[in-house]
Amino acid sequence: MLNPISLAFKKAKQENRAALLTYTVAGDSSKKQSLDILNSISKNADILELGVPHNTPVADGSQIQTSAYRAIKNGIRMNDVFKIVKDFKKSNKNKAIILMGYFNMIFQFGENKFLNKCNSSGVNGLIVVDLPWPENKEFARKCKRKSIYFIQLLSPTTTTKRLKRIIRDSHPMNYFISMLSTTGGKLKVSPKHILKNYTKIKKIDPKKEIVIGFGITEKTIGKLKSADGLVVGSAICKEISKSLKHGQNPVTNVSKLVKKLKSKIL
Amino acid sequence: MKIKKKIPLIDQVSKLGFWGGKFGGNYVPETLKKPIEDLEILFNKLKNDKRFIAERDKYFKNWVGAPTRFIKLENLTNHVGGAQIWSKVVSDANGGAHKIYNATVHCLLAKRSGKKFIIGDTGAGYAGKMLSMAAKKFGLKCKIFMGAKDIARQQPNVKAMKKNGAEVIPVYSGSQTLVDAVSECMRFWVANCDTTAMCVGSTVGPAVFVRICGWSTSQISRELKVQLIDKFGSMPKKLKLYNCVGGGSSSFGFWNEFMDYDKKQCEFIGVEAGGPAKSKKHAAPLTYGSKIGILHGAAQYVNQDSDGQIEETESISAGLDYPGISPLHCFLKDTKRARYTAASDEDALSAYKTVTKFEKLRPSLEPSHAFSVAIKEAKKLSKDTIVVVNSCGDAYKDREILKKRLGKKYVEPN
Repeated sequence: MLNPISLAFKKAKQENRAALLTYTVAGDSSKKQSLDILNSISKNADILELGVPHNTPVADGSQIQTSAYRAIKNGIRMNDVFKIVKDFKKSNKNKAIILMGYFNMIFQFGENKFLNKCNSSGVNGLIVVDLPWPENKEFARKCKRKSIYFIQLLSPTTTTKRLKRIIRDSHPMNYFISMLSTTGGKLKVSPKHILKNYTKIKKIDPKKEIVIGFGITEKTIGKLKSADGLVVGSAICKEISKSLKHGQNPVTNVSKLVKKLKSKIL
Repeated sequence: MKIKKKIPLIDQVSKLGFWGGKFGGNYVPETLKKPIEDLEILFNKLKNDKRFIAERDKYFKNWVGAPTRFIKLENLTNHVGGAQIWSKVVSDANGGAHKIYNATVHCLLAKRSGKKFIIGDTGAGYAGKMLSMAAKKFGLKCKIFMGAKDIARQQPNVKAMKKNGAEVIPVYSGSQTLVDAVSECMRFWVANCDTTAMCVGSTVGPAVFVRICGWSTSQISRELKVQLIDKFGSMPKKLKLYNCVGGGSSSFGFWNEFMDYDKKQCEFIGVEAGGPAKSKKHAAPLTYGSKIGILHGAAQYVNQDSDGQIEETESISAGLDYPGISPLHCFLKDTKRARYTAASDEDALSAYKTVTKFEKLRPSLEPSHAFSVAIKEAKKLSKDTIVVVNSCGDAYKDREILKKRLGKKYVEPN
């Protein structure tokens, strides 16, 4: 069977649109609530990225840090993250789920044990922020053997030579970081410029799906809709923080936001 | 796992940046791969470039003030009654601590690469103070990231940084100490690596930063080797080098030139921060057997929970208050070239009292940890044993803590 990630892109292409990828942090603000959010946004999101909270995140901006610290404070553990995925998959068997996090969490769990657990709970892909190529070669191969996509990150600082090598080794989906920034930064380059870089990458191997992330919000998503997929993370985390602050229900508010995001790329 | 002779330890690294096959590496976001590679190419070229070395030596001599003194602590030796206790007074260096070496080299590298901005992290404030001094000297704009808790407890250094024109950015995340400052500094670099150079304040971080820092602080042992031969006519037969270990920059620099000696002739003793005697928290991952994990781009022994969340540390000394430890020290521990132990907050305070009572030397709380163990062990050693403690920082920055914990009389007017 095709990996649900590839199915999601296929479906989006049939509908002639970019795939919408959301990022939320597992356990934010509680285990139950983060599951409720996943269930609720899965109607409009094509692929769900679930962040594994870590307390020394070197690539995350303040919004995702806030979500991660909140989740850790509320007691999330690695096994709970898998439980959330498993519970979600019970009612959403074919919805694609990607875990995104930092390598130390995998390292401590044990690479093989981690991948087995990914398989048994229904994880379809992994993004490991601080395990770049070529350091990730061996781990990526292990993922492949388990039919889990290891998603390579590409950045504006990645040289052309390096881009080619990474893409040659990559699985069907890659993630292009729109600009020099941590997550959630203000978009400091024009969407046109981002798309130019995106096209350059896409040309290296047109069969590989390339999603764009970092700095994408309700305001900017529409201008980037010609990409294979678009990731919104910090804007969603911010919505959760805002809802909590105002005593509102994060589940409803995040669902509304995701619906709006979807409407902008149709 | 084995140390090779005649090759500098900073160069005993694999292609991917690992010492002993498992410590160090480059666990960094993709965005930093290119700037790190650029820095590696530049550093590998310049560290063997005679003109660059001459330039470094010129600044070390005329601006940092090399060599720093190597003195016998006669009164302390008589009081303890055992081995001869000596000190390498690295706090003589411009700015009052060893952090000046790394800061100077990073600024020289930044100039060579055409960068106009430099950023750095700091715990005790020394790395930040020295970077702000060097940045001013070399005409670079400077930002220093510092945990809010450290800003409160190390005010003299904060003032110095500001006076040198640096912007001090308080970090409120996590434990608000060094670990968070390093994370925030790396995050800033991720977003600004096209215009900005980063200086990591210790022998930690991605492999190239470990190497640059170790290369820079090795000035300490280069000087000491000459001074030892000068004083004793030849290398002493029984030499013990005591140094505090936080990230590990001063201790590595204090030991590097003696690496190839047999440890029976020249032993290295690293003293970590054990934290308050009554607290379970500490900053001593080597002493207390912390598991290997990944922190700030490198694999190392690090205080963490079973999931891999980095644990909060506790120490009276901001400079040692770090949950991880340099990959170089992990390597030295596992190859058994160095021995590591810990001193508590109370041990360090008591050693500070003893040293200042007998000598005209004011070691900061960091080297006071090393003095504590050195004094205890010197008692049991023969008179022909030469104990050398690296007094790598001056206590001026600790005056508020010392006043509070020991009383006014232990703080000299400045």
